[in-house]
Amino acid sequence: MLEFDKAPHIGMGMDQRNSDKLICFHCGEVCDNDDIRIEDKIFCCQGCRIVYEIIAESGLDSYYDIENKPGIKGLEDVPQNKFAYLDDAQITDKLLDFQDENTGTVTFSIPQIHCSACIWLLENLHKFHPAIRSSKVNFLKKEAFIVFSRDQLSLRRLVEMLASIGYAPDINLQSIEQKNTPSASRKLWLKLGVAGFAFGNVMLLSFPEYLAGEGEIEPYFLQFFSYLNILLSLPVLLYSASDYFRSAWVGLRKNMINMDVPISLGMLVLLGRSYWEIFTDTGTGYLDSFTGLVFFLLIGKLFQQKTYDSLSFERDYKSYFPISTTLIKDGGEEAISISKLKVGDRIIVRNRELIPADATLLSPSAQIDYSFVTGESRLVTKKSSDFIYAGGRLAGMAAEFEINEEVSQSYLTRLWNHDSFTEHARSTVSTISDTVSRYFTYIVFSIALIAGLFWLPRDMVVAWDAFTAVLIIACPCALALSIPFTLGNALRLLGRSSFIAKNIETIENLAGIDMIIFDKTGTLTMQSSDAVIFHSFTDESLTQKEMRQIKTLARQSTHPLSYRIYQNTVGNVSDKLVSYEEVEGAGISGEIEGKKYQLGSKQWLISKIGSFANGLDSSVGSSTYVAIDGKIRGRFEFKNTFRPGLEKTISELEHNYTIALLSGDSDHEREQLQELFGTDKELRFEQSPADKLEYILEKQRQGKNVLMIGDGLNDAGALKQSDVGVAISDDISAFSPACDAILVGNRLHNFSRFLNFSQSCIKIVYLSFILSFIYNIVGFFFAVQGLLSPLFAAILMPLSSITVVSFATLATTMQARRKGIIG
Amino acid sequence: MTIIFLLISISLLLALGFLVAFIWAVKSGQFDDAYTPSVRMLMDDVTHKPKRMEK
Repeated sequence: MLEFDKAPHIGMGMDQRNSDKLICFHCGEVCDNDDIRIEDKIFCCQGCRIVYEIIAESGLDSYYDIENKPGIKGLEDVPQNKFAYLDDAQITDKLLDFQDENTGTVTFSIPQIHCSACIWLLENLHKFHPAIRSSKVNFLKKEAFIVFSRDQLSLRRLVEMLASIGYAPDINLQSIEQKNTPSASRKLWLKLGVAGFAFGNVMLLSFPEYLAGEGEIEPYFLQFFSYLNILLSLPVLLYSASDYFRSAWVGLRKNMINMDVPISLGMLVLLGRSYWEIFTDTGTGYLDSFTGLVFFLLIGKLFQQKTYDSLSFERDYKSYFPISTTLIKDGGEEAISISKLKVGDRIIVRNRELIPADATLLSPSAQIDYSFVTGESRLVTKKSSDFIYAGGRLAGMAAEFEINEEVSQSYLTRLWNHDSFTEHARSTVSTISDTVSRYFTYIVFSIALIAGLFWLPRDMVVAWDAFTAVLIIACPCALALSIPFTLGNALRLLGRSSFIAKNIETIENLAGIDMIIFDKTGTLTMQSSDAVIFHSFTDESLTQKEMRQIKTLARQSTHPLSYRIYQNTVGNVSDKLVSYEEVEGAGISGEIEGKKYQLGSKQWLISKIGSFANGLDSSVGSSTYVAIDGKIRGRFEFKNTFRPGLEKTISELEHNYTIALLSGDSDHEREQLQELFGTDKELRFEQSPADKLEYILEKQRQGKNVLMIGDGLNDAGALKQSDVGVAISDDISAFSPACDAILVGNRLHNFSRFLNFSQSCIKIVYLSFILSFIYNIVGFFFAVQGLLSPLFAAILMPLSSITVVSFATLATTMQARRKGIIG
Repeated sequence: MTIIFLLISISLLLALGFLVAFIWAVKSGQFDDAYTPSVRMLMDDVTHKPKRMEK
C-alpha cells in the first residue's frame, strides 16, 4: 500500500530508479516494458525502433557508438501528408537557397541537433539516399546545408526523410520570409584583417626611424617609407574605419555627440597632420598610431559582439506559425500556404496543429490549448459556430473551421502592428558613453584651443603643433575600448551562467532598472514538471497495481491532463487495455484485467455513476476524478510548482526594486502567490497581451525603468516595450519571443546576482574612464607644449589601451567570481 | 643599399598574399562556424558497407 497523501509527489523517484530501469537504445528514455526490441536492444516505443531500423539499414549504426543514446525520440503516427505543402512550387522556391534543373541547395534549421553523433549522421545523409550530394552541419546555428539532385528527390521527400530519422526541420512562416544573409561578423573580420595588415606593415616601416639615430638613415629611404605608409593607411581610412566616420556623421546630423565623434576627429587630425608632415617633408607622421588605433578599436568591436548563433532575439509570431494549412476545396483536401488564406475559406486542423487565423468552428466541438497565447494553462472547449482566435493549438479530434480574418489581420498578429513593434522605441546607443563623450569632446576641444591660442602670438608653428597634438593624444581610444571590453566580457560571463543577453546595451540598461514585472505561467511556474497529487476519498488508497493501470489508461488520451498523470506516475505500462472510450473534454474509460476504470471531470463522472458516495470534496484548481468499478476513489489535483529558489529571489529583489505580477491566468492561485510575493505587491490577473503592454507603458510614463520577465507569445508585446525584456526558457533552443535577454529557467534564483553584477560593471566602466583620463593628462602635459614625437605617441596610445583593456576584463571577471556568477 | 627597395617590395607582396588568403578564408565562410569543424575532424569516414541487420 502506498500512502499517496503523505507522499505528495508521485512523480518523484523516476530518475533514481534509472539503474535498474530499461533504457531505450535509441533515445535513452526509460521504457515502460521490454516488448519492443530487436535482438538485445530495447526500445521505448515503435517510433524509436523504426528510426533505429532506418539508420541501421543504411549502415550508419556507428551513430550509436559516437555518443551514448543519441537518438531523438521517434514519433508514432506522424500524419501522412504533414509535409504535403512542400509540393507547392511557390513554397519550395522560397525555401531553396539555389536551384536549377537538377540541383537544389537548402539550409534547414534543425533544432534537434544536440551532439556530435547528430553532426555525423546528418553529414552522412548521402547514405540514405543517393540523390543527396552533400550535407554540412553548422552545430552552433543548428543548421544543415544540403545539396541534392532535384530530379531524383523532391524537397518534400527530403524533409520526410529527415523527419523519419528524428531530425524534422523547423519550417515556419519566418523561414520563407527571411533569407539567410551572411553574418555581419564577416564584414568585421575583413575590416579587422585589412587594419591588421596595414598596422603590421606601417609599424615595420616606421621602426627604422625610431631605432636609428639622427642622420643614420638616408633621407630618401625615410621618404620612401613614408609614402608607402600613406599608401597602406588609405584602405584603413576608406574601408576599416568607415563605420566610425559614418556613425559620427549620423550623430552630428542629429545634433548628438556620440563616442564616434571624438574618435573620428582624432583620427582625421592624426591623418591630416601625418599627410601634411610627409608631403612638406617636415616629419614622418603618426600613421603607425593611426592604423594601430583602428586595429585596436575593431578588436574591441569584435569582442563586444559575442553572438549566440542558434538563438534569435527577434522572433515574432512568424516563427511560431506554420507555413501551410489544409484547405477543404471541392470535397478534397489541399495544402495551402497560410498567407493565401482568404475570408470564407474552410480549413481542417488536426491534433496538435495550430489554428492560423481567427475563425469560426464548424465541427460540433473542439478543444483548444491557448497556453502559449494567453498563459491560461487549461484546455478550452468550443462549440459549433463559436469564434476562435488564432494561435491556439487543437487537442484531440480534427475539426473544421471557416476563416473570419486573414492571417495578418487576426487578433494575435495584430499585436505586432502596435507602435512598440513598428517604431524604434528604444535607442540602442549606449547612454554612458554618449554623456561622457559629449563632455569629453568639449573639454578636449577647449584645451586644444587654449594651447593653440597661447602659442599663437609667440610661435605659429608651435601653436599649430600644440593644437593638433592635443587632439591626437586625446583621441579617446582607451575611452572607446573600456565599454566594449567591460560589457563585452560581462556578456560572456553572464552567458556562461545561462543569462544570455542580446548585446552590451542590454547590460547597461539592466543596471538602471528599478521595477521588475513577472509573468506567472511558465515564468514562475515550471511548465513541464508540475506536481500531480492524489487525494483519496475513501479509506483505502490506490494500490500500486491500480496506479499502474490508471497510468495505462491515461496514456491513451492526448488530453494534457491525462498526459500529466501518465508522466507523473511510476510503473510500467504492460497491462492490456480493452474497450477504451474517450469523450472529448469530459473523460476516458476502459477495462484492464476485468476492472473498469473511469477518469474524467466531476460532472462527467456524476452523469455516469450518479452522485458521489460521500461529499468529501473541496476541490480547488484543476482536478481529475477517478472511479474504479463504478466507485469514486479520489481525485488527482494538478498543482503548479514554482521554480526552486523563487522565494529567496523575490525577497532579495524586493529591497531594491518595485515588483509586480501580470498573469494571463485566472486568479485561483492568488493566495498562493500573495504568500510568495507578500501582500503589498501589485498582482494582476486575466491580463490580455495588450493589457500587459499598456501596463508597462503606463509605468514607463511614471518614469520607471521596467524589466519584464515572461515566456510566451502573450508576453511578446510587454517584453518588447519594457526597458529590458527577459524571456525565460527551459530549453534555449526552443521558441522564445522577441526579447533583450534569454534566461535559462533553472537559473532564475540567480537573478538578483545578475542585476547586481551589471551594476558593478557600470562602476568598472567609470573606473576605466578615470584610468584613461590619467593617461590623457600625462599626454596633455607634453602636447600643450607642442612636444609630441611620433615615437611618444606610438608608445603612449597602445599602452593606455592595453592598460584599460586588461583592467576592464580582469575587474569584471573578478567581480563575477565574487558575486558568484561564475565558479 | 638600394637592395632595400626590392626587399621591402617583396615583403609587402608577401604580406599582401597573406591578406588575400585571409580575405578568401573569411569570404568562404571559414570564420562563420568555429565549432563544427573541430568535431568533424575527429570522426571517422564511414567505410564499411551497409551492415547486415543483426536479426
